[in-house]
Amino acid sequence: MSDYAAGAQGNYLQKEGRGGILSWIFSTDHKRIGILYLVAILSLFLVGVTLGFFMRLELITRGPTIMAANTYNSLFTLHGVIMLFLFIIPVTPSVFGNFLLPIMIGAKDVAFPRLNLLSWWFYMAGAFLAILTLLIANGPADTGWTFYAPYSIRTGTNVTLALSAVVVLGFSSILTGINFVTTVHRLRAPGMTWMRLPLFVWAVYATAWIQILATPILGVNLMLVVAERLLGIGIFDPAKGGDPILYQHLFWIYSHPAVYIMILPAMGAISEIVPVFARRTIFGYKAVAYSSIGIAAVGSLVWGHHMFVSGFSYTAGVYFSLFTFFVAIPSAIKVYNWVGSLYKGSLEAATPLLYAFAFIFLFSIGGLTGLILGALSLNIHLHDTYFVVAHFHYVKFGGAGFGFFAALHYWFPKMFGRMYNTKLANVALLLLFIGFNTLFFPLFVLGFQGMPRRYYDYLPQFTNGQLISIVGSWILVAGVILMVGNLIHALFKGKKAQANQWGGATLEWQVPSPPPKENFEEIPEVKYGPYHFKRD
Amino acid sequence: MNETAEIAANKHKDYTGAKIGMWLFLFTELFLFFGPFLLYSIFRYRYSTDFINAGSELSLFVGSINTVVLLTSSLSVALSISALQKGNKKLTLLLLGVTIVLGAVFLVNKYFEWDAKIVHGLYPGAEALLSRPKGEILFFGLYFFMTGLHALHVIAGMSVLAVITFFVMRDKVTQSDYVKIENGGLYWHLVDVIWIYLFPLFYLIR
Repeated sequence: MSDYAAGAQGNYLQKEGRGGILSWIFSTDHKRIGILYLVAILSLFLVGVTLGFFMRLELITRGPTIMAANTYNSLFTLHGVIMLFLFIIPVTPSVFGNFLLPIMIGAKDVAFPRLNLLSWWFYMAGAFLAILTLLIANGPADTGWTFYAPYSIRTGTNVTLALSAVVVLGFSSILTGINFVTTVHRLRAPGMTWMRLPLFVWAVYATAWIQILATPILGVNLMLVVAERLLGIGIFDPAKGGDPILYQHLFWIYSHPAVYIMILPAMGAISEIVPVFARRTIFGYKAVAYSSIGIAAVGSLVWGHHMFVSGFSYTAGVYFSLFTFFVAIPSAIKVYNWVGSLYKGSLEAATPLLYAFAFIFLFSIGGLTGLILGALSLNIHLHDTYFVVAHFHYVKFGGAGFGFFAALHYWFPKMFGRMYNTKLANVALLLLFIGFNTLFFPLFVLGFQGMPRRYYDYLPQFTNGQLISIVGSWILVAGVILMVGNLIHALFKGKKAQANQWGGATLEWQVPSPPPKENFEEIPEVKYGPYHFKRD
Repeated sequence: MNETAEIAANKHKDYTGAKIGMWLFLFTELFLFFGPFLLYSIFRYRYSTDFINAGSELSLFVGSINTVVLLTSSLSVALSISALQKGNKKLTLLLLGVTIVLGAVFLVNKYFEWDAKIVHGLYPGAEALLSRPKGEILFFGLYFFMTGLHALHVIAGMSVLAVITFFVMRDKVTQSDYVKIENGGLYWHLVDVIWIYLFPLFYLIR
């Protein structure tokens, strides 16, 4: 397969019709929609980072420092809602899934382009509602992102609006999932068999199934809370015979699989990056592909490990604990296969690979501490402490977040046709990595010593740990600013990127950078697997 | 790549793809109702006597009429699809109209049924209901939530069918291009199927 010449159609960034913002926000081109998501999601990510930064800063002295306890409660709620529902759940599937999935399988667009645009609008509506909770009377929700009943039924803050935001975001997620599953089934190019699908496509495909199957349950659960607040139907209200524990069950039936909505696409991106920079085929293609499905399947059966101290039966606890250990198996398969792929490779220490290394390291810590939390006896000691906070930040930020950054640095030249300054990108990674570990590693220790999560105050013996962690947050923020600044600079001033900047073998690297409007001059015929670097 | 997929890639008209998308969407709708059904079964188990007492207060007559109405509407929508496939546009429009009217009849019945309950103080938050046993409070909470959610789906289904009627009038959905009416029909059947489960759970437990 030789590089396709940039034909008469021009690339997707070029002015279309009358141009202007309308040609973007009403575009049904999957690439433009991907960029729309990127802009919206990154902006909200920066809002979430700012909130997190101030939460940390509040803890620099004991007692109220820069905010009152209620403000702190609202802050961690909003930080959670934004970072989870608006950033990490949609980010990799919506940005890179949209932009790359059709190109990677040799299609001109997704199966339902207009539906795709609609999901972006749902996303924006959800984001708008979430931000609106800040601005109107009663103040933003203070329940935590989990909206646990019965407090979420009783508090006077804008919980109803926040819940509506999440439900609307759920629609967006479902529609994207339906679109991707149908696209992968229907629009693969000739010769693109299932076993020739790039692993990123496998990961997004598995993710899309979780989005379809799990999101409606969260949606109806939150609707029940809304009905509870507005009408008082009593389902989660103990005073009326209802049971708040059932809320937790229904919440985690979605929200635990949602963890895999976050991490799977990031893992998919890593599976693309590792073979390209090791210059060899991925070790155990089938194992990596099927482990995505395995994670999606087993991950749907472990929600109870969030509820070990809720008072449910010991038998249920044993079952959920066991399956939690099982889900580590497909995750570990992936890690071993990435590391195995490096063996005897011809490594090129390019920026995306370094980000991928950071991902593997941080995700492994996050995953292993997850096993500690999944053990019934240890969980009693560690439940609702900083240890949990540290664990899920290692998985979600260190894992899914760094995976997203890796993907961003890997596909940036393809998406925009320009290269960023790799030295600055590496420095940013160093800052991010040091900042991240300085911020979150002490939380493991504090949590083990008994520091509970979600408090705006702490006992004197936790002072040192808190201080180290706060300094870490400054370094991390500096890293984020440098990384984003470097990329924005590259958008305008970066050197022109090559069509195949990294020497990848997947289809997106066989088209010009940035890709043409219709992706391909003609639909390609696929003759090789995705990591077949040797050309005849 | 088979023939239909080839058409899909070139003309962007993929019937199988549209069907897959619709079925996936129907799955999400089923899972949406799965949550409340789960809650129903748990509370039914905990408060079985209360549930049976409360259930006997619903009007079996109105419920049965509504069941017949919805089943008939499923028949008419299925017939409308066959009519279009046979090229009979007039009959298609008539049958779609019948379906929408039956949906409206269902909602009117539902309105009177709800109204009767509300007059008797049997609605969430009412004093009369709160003084009853806990299981009955939950029964009526679930009753209003689930039938309400279902009624919203009836309205959505009627809107979908109205749009499709418009498409048939304008010849955008035709004998040779009928996937939209098929998908609309599928959605209407889903609305029907959910009612088939709601009816026995709320009206027939005695």
